Amino acid sequence: MTDLAPANEKLLATAGALFVSFPHCVTLGMQYLGNVGRKPTLKVEWRDDLVGNPASGVLHGGVITSIVDTCSAIAVTAHMTELETIATLDLRIDYLKAATPGKAIYCTAECYRLASQIAFTRAVCYHDSPDDPIAHGVATFMRDSNPKPMLAEGAA
Amino acid sequence: MSQFMETFLALRDEKRFADIIAAVPYARLMGVACGEDETGELLFSLPFAERNVGNTTLPALHGGLIGGFLENAALLHLMWNRESLEAPKIVDFSLDYLRSGKATTLYAQCEITKQGKRVAHVLIEAWQEDRRKPVAVARAHFLLSTPS
Repeated sequence: MTDLAPANEKLLATAGALFVSFPHCVTLGMQYLGNVGRKPTLKVEWRDDLVGNPASGVLHGGVITSIVDTCSAIAVTAHMTELETIATLDLRIDYLKAATPGKAIYCTAECYRLASQIAFTRAVCYHDSPDDPIAHGVATFMRDSNPKPMLAEGAA
Repeated sequence: MSQFMETFLALRDEKRFADIIAAVPYARLMGVACGEDETGELLFSLPFAERNVGNTTLPALHGGLIGGFLENAALLHLMWNRESLEAPKIVDFSLDYLRSGKATTLYAQCEITKQGKRVAHVLIEAWQEDRRKPVAVARAHFLLSTPS
């Protein structure tokens, strides 16, 4: 399932660009780096105003939560042929080890089950390789959570 | 680490809430405020700001932002209620979103469910106009000590 091409390549690219354009993501400087199959990758550069512990310079856990939430949501859209509004139902982050101050954080996510009403996702955050993760996140999303479309008709 | 904790405990003893928030860069960026409620418990608030929005068509506060606000509240609540010079380290954080965050102030309050020698468990609740209608509930585990 994870090696499959996106259900709608254009929609995934549009959703990736759209989700990182949301004000909070812009505040964090979130970038959409693209996708391998149905797995998108996002990046947030280390910045001193994103630090949680001023003594160590380690990024705030909230940055991890935001990148996991956003990347996981984009991963759900990789399975959609048409964009629907989704809402995070729950999210759990395991902090595997401290992030290194000064280094950018990457997040790669996948939706491993798209059921009729719920999407299930998992994500890893890392500096250099997903095999050496700093955090792991699992989330569920409610599908079709709002009738208000996130995109103008025909945009993807 | 202990330099930050010394500063924190000094600020706490003088109840310099704004200076505590100012000491945490990301909390300052979000626009967090904190104070005490009528019973003396810490109460965190996040006045609405455009930069904290996720889905702009609704509009709703970004889910990750809500998570960051709650995680920050849990950490500061725990530090506030302990005497340790060691900053707690978050182990895991689990968050249930119950309602979308509207374009108004978000509040959070925490409860230390258990404080052991090595691990603490903290419950966090977030709401907007009506406390009986929570926007999110969360729980976190923190490591309290580094192995000697």
